[in-house]
Amino acid sequence: MTDKQLVIIGSGPAGYTAAIYAARAGLVPLVIAGSVTAGGDLMTTTEVENFPGFPEGVQGPELMESMRAQAERFGAEVLYDDVETLHIEPRRHRITTALGAEYTATAVILATGSAYRELGLAEEKNLSGRGVSWCATCDGFFFKDQEIAVVGGGDSAVEEATFLTRFAKKVSLIHRRGELRASKAMRQRAEADPKLEFVLDSEVTAIHGADKLEGLTIASTADGQTRELPVTGLFVAIGSDPRTALFAGQLDLRPDGYLVVEGRSSRTSAEGVFGAGDVIDPVYRQAITAAGSGCVAATDAEHYLSELSDSELNTKEK
Amino acid sequence: MSQEVTDADFKQQVLEADGPVLVDFWAPWCGPCRMVSPIVDEIAQEHAGKLKVVKLNTDDNMQTAAQYGITSIPALYVFDKGEVAKTIIGARPKPALEKELADYIG
Repeated sequence: MTDKQLVIIGSGPAGYTAAIYAARAGLVPLVIAGSVTAGGDLMTTTEVENFPGFPEGVQGPELMESMRAQAERFGAEVLYDDVETLHIEPRRHRITTALGAEYTATAVILATGSAYRELGLAEEKNLSGRGVSWCATCDGFFFKDQEIAVVGGGDSAVEEATFLTRFAKKVSLIHRRGELRASKAMRQRAEADPKLEFVLDSEVTAIHGADKLEGLTIASTADGQTRELPVTGLFVAIGSDPRTALFAGQLDLRPDGYLVVEGRSSRTSAEGVFGAGDVIDPVYRQAITAAGSGCVAATDAEHYLSELSDSELNTKEK
Repeated sequence: MSQEVTDADFKQQVLEADGPVLVDFWAPWCGPCRMVSPIVDEIAQEHAGKLKVVKLNTDDNMQTAAQYGITSIPALYVFDKGEVAKTIIGARPKPALEKELADYIG
């Protein structure tokens, strides 16, 4: 069992920014980064064009690598392991990891991010890795000159669809509504892309194929009319849900599942536990807002720890 | 680092091997592949003699990747006597991989 002042769970922009601030404040934070998820969602994106300070854009993995290096430079310790249990107990939160490490932490920052949503259709899991994919940058290459589909209408769906036209012969972008939610810049790029076809007001109701994906059934959300779309690839980008399994039941969550924090702070319902990034943010969910909230959490944790040590000193003096 | 195999020697190194062989299908552009690669190396080292472990770069060896219908990476396939005996798609933490591979490393 190792005692830590501050443990940060998660290593996306929120986790690493919290680590940079906490490390510079001399807290020597431990970042439990995840064994295969370190760096968070940006590890599976390509070009990030809207992170300030990079006028030519920056590759997602490269940005995360830089954040990690910056945190380590100031003394943060990064552990490539997964938190298995978290017991919230004021001033002595207990953490165990998948590889068997045990820690206690006076303060904890939860930057656990979000997990991709699934369509919830039969065959979705069976055909995962047989045509159904959640990572365009990993798998796009395998669909060279094929006809494929992307489901979703937000920024990540449109970005994936545009990226996939580099490889695929044709990409159908399927979205439930008549209009995409993606930003204007993304939409305009997509609309100008000759290989991209918009299938709006439509949803996927069935996935077909035995050993590999062969096609989809698409239903109109307007009149329910169905049709078949033969595709060999399906990329699902219908949003994500906050990852809260570690602490659900121990901390207050909103009805929609997000971790509750107090006002503009990062303070959760438990003493010494702070939230940052996508897990507390149902609205903005950008790398830069996550980074900003990581800074807030580190600042709150620092205040908490210094007040705690002040009051402990006072108690001892009396 | 585990041994790299190619389209040219896949048959000899994997299909004609005496015992089971774990093939890690990867590519340089795939972030999750880079995360899972050192874990696969660790498993290879810890169970040397039980399970042969090799890596195949799908970017350079498209023929083998296509032959086995690889469309998502990282993909870990166990071959036994020339046949696919087990498939694991996507990056997993080490304990989860060890559990999946228990038949071969247990």
